[in-house]
Amino acid sequence: MSRRILGPFNRVEGDLNITLDFADGKVSAARVTAPLFRGFERILLGREPLDALAIVPRICGICSVSQSVAAANALSALYGISPPPNGLHVRNLVHAVENIADHLSHFYLFFMPDFARADYQSQPWHAGIFARFQAQRGSAVAPMLEARAILMRFMGSLAGHWPHTLCLQPGGVTKVVSAAERVRLQQWLRTFRRYLEQHTFGQPLEAIAALDSAEALAHYRQQAPKADFACFLDIADQLHLHTLGRSYDRFIAADAYAAPDGCWSPAGLWQNGSSQPLALDDISEDNHSSWLAGEGSAAPLHNDTVPLPDKAEGYSWSKAPRIAGAAAETGALARGLLRGENLLCDMVTRDGGNVLSRVVARLTEVARIVPQMEQWLAALQLDDAFQLATPTQPQHSQAIGLTEAARGMLGHWVALDAGRISRYQIIAPTTWNFSPRDSQSLPGPLEKALEGVEASDPQALQVQHIVRSFDPCQVCTTH
Amino acid sequence: MASKNKRLLWLQSGGCGGCTLSLLNAEAPSLFTTLADIGIELIWHPSFAEQSLDEAMQLLQRLANGDEPLDMLCLEGAVMTGAAGRFHLLPDGQAMSTLIEQLARRTSQVIAVGTCAAYGGISAAGDNLTGATGLNHSGNHPGGLLGGDFHAAGGLPVVNISGCPTHPGWVLETLALLASDSLKASDLDPLGRPRFYADKLVHHGCDKNEFYEFKASATAPGQMGCLMEHVGCKGTQAHADCNSRGWNGEGSCLTGGYPCINCTAPDFADPGHGFFSTPQVAGFPVGLPTDMPKAWFVALATLSKSATPARVRQNATRDRITVPPSLPKKNKA
Ligand code: SF4
Ligand code: SF4
Repeated sequence: MSRRILGPFNRVEGDLNITLDFADGKVSAARVTAPLFRGFERILLGREPLDALAIVPRICGICSVSQSVAAANALSALYGISPPPNGLHVRNLVHAVENIADHLSHFYLFFMPDFARADYQSQPWHAGIFARFQAQRGSAVAPMLEARAILMRFMGSLAGHWPHTLCLQPGGVTKVVSAAERVRLQQWLRTFRRYLEQHTFGQPLEAIAALDSAEALAHYRQQAPKADFACFLDIADQLHLHTLGRSYDRFIAADAYAAPDGCWSPAGLWQNGSSQPLALDDISEDNHSSWLAGEGSAAPLHNDTVPLPDKAEGYSWSKAPRIAGAAAETGALARGLLRGENLLCDMVTRDGGNVLSRVVARLTEVARIVPQMEQWLAALQLDDAFQLATPTQPQHSQAIGLTEAARGMLGHWVALDAGRISRYQIIAPTTWNFSPRDSQSLPGPLEKALEGVEASDPQALQVQHIVRSFDPCQVCTTH
Repeated sequence: MASKNKRLLWLQSGGCGGCTLSLLNAEAPSLFTTLADIGIELIWHPSFAEQSLDEAMQLLQRLANGDEPLDMLCLEGAVMTGAAGRFHLLPDGQAMSTLIEQLARRTSQVIAVGTCAAYGGISAAGDNLTGATGLNHSGNHPGGLLGGDFHAAGGLPVVNISGCPTHPGWVLETLALLASDSLKASDLDPLGRPRFYADKLVHHGCDKNEFYEFKASATAPGQMGCLMEHVGCKGTQAHADCNSRGWNGEGSCLTGGYPCINCTAPDFADPGHGFFSTPQVAGFPVGLPTDMPKAWFVALATLSKSATPARVRQNATRDRITVPPSLPKKNKA
């Protein structure tokens, strides 16, 4: 057996190192290390509850709005209020913009550049992919950033700025949209849609959203061969990415994008081909392999975050979240499965969660959520309220705020004492996906997904594709 | 052009990556085009570099040892100095703070991007048991990782592009000035911030200025009135040009309906009061504009409150304009 420590894993958000054990040319065990700790759960202690809105976005610059949504949801419950329909719609728009920006940044800047690397020079497709996706210089990069910046004007207009807005409040949003602003927002969304349909998909978004099986996906690939999504599908086919990076095939998601008539993306646990309700009481955190005090598992509202950098069993700053004692994967794929999308259900039933299905889930989510944004914009009743006043005192002393960040389920567990925050525990998506082993020695989802990979070189790109297919957000992981 | 590009290395430590993500918002031209235009070669950045793993580690070591030249170092995020650097380790077990220090002492220009890298920022808030600090400031005090008297090989102290997050314009304009060697020590304020944005106040150009003049105040975020008196706005003390430059096309904290929390200041994360409230003494806000004698402020505020037009007073506590400005008599219906 040989052991290699790999890092820095860049083109992920934040810092990541991985230790791989090799036996017989295969990965026999993987250990995932989140090497950076800041301690946001402690920075929040003793503050007024509403101060969470200023602190938590700064956990993460890539999904800061998601952190705000989770905090606002927890505060809504603490104060016993909820946003009016306009408040929900604006919140959804801001949240969706961040989600889309994340998916596109991941695809164009973090994930695809690996296929442009010299290791693939002998492949017939390499020259074209190199020209389009080479890191920083590929022809796809500047147009994507320009389209992204247009979309981000939603943030200037609705949220003041991004990242780190304070516009999402427990009772709604601090921004009222006028008729003229809505016209501008619609124009920016149309501009962005044109970009997607021209470059990313080569087809109307509705056609992408209508893909309902692996066969339909293969057919699309032939119809729009020049589109960036189709280029990826082509490579995926040639490199057999559907056989790479399978984990537990147990998927978890939270309710997200709440509207008056329900959530656009529902909560649940998906395993063995079917979904079941999400039982929050079954969620625990395990500190066994973390450089943190505490052994065994505890419910988030009873767990603490006390660093112990010398802890012998520790190999990560991340905790190990579990549901009913099991590890679960979260992200766009989990959301799509719980929304019952036929394409993703078909792909996962055939080959499980893997590098291909994770990327397909992200891009098809972009195609689905942009038309939904058009509807949220249209649904604004401009003469009505966008926010209800926050009561002066919280009415409850414990609450949970859940949502979906681009990378999956995000939860804030908050307790107050004498009107101040006495406990604030956060479980972020990548805490689920990149968790270390728990006290039962159960590997986290990425650790599991890396087991059994055949690689002649520990640095092989297969290993990197698997890691990046989860679109990890390490600053969220340990916060 | 014959001129040689400056070689820039960008590192991240105890931060959230938000300054990088904000930088991606640069418009017309976009980030990498702008860097090329201003003569900067981004030799490695954790989010955008092609090289990963061993290749990246070897590059960082060559730069730290001086085997490869480096002109500019940007650090995003605080330096984690607690527990002998264990709060941020490199894969080889070395403390990230050690690598940062080696590189900073070899590089001509050292740039702290964001309030964390400049002063410790949010990462140093609360009890700061991780020992988060800035490059050559710790909070308001000179010091930090490199010591208060640090000067980079090019002659400047650390350039502190503070902000949480930083505006892409602040970063790219500073880098452009540095790349052309046209930023002087006198172009930095006493906290090391580029004066082109730090000599302005957020209050300048705020679209709530008329409300401020009459002390027609909002009582909650989302209302039209000035947020200074009750809702925690520090725009009159905050060094930044957020209301004259615009974020993401056109926004600012104030146009978004919420207070400026002075995110370019070293200690913004520990204001000593709720972020959405303004501490008051005898009915007047504690945090007055720094260069205005208190007695004058009180006198002017009392006077202007007595002269507030009904339009301004009524709109102040609404979430949208309910009373429009009146028309001249000749135009009235
Ligand atoms: S809201 Fe803040 S920045 Fe705007 S006028 Fe009032 S004090 Fe100045
Ligand atoms: S308005 Fe104030 S808090 Fe907002 S970005 Fe500018 S300096 Fe920071």
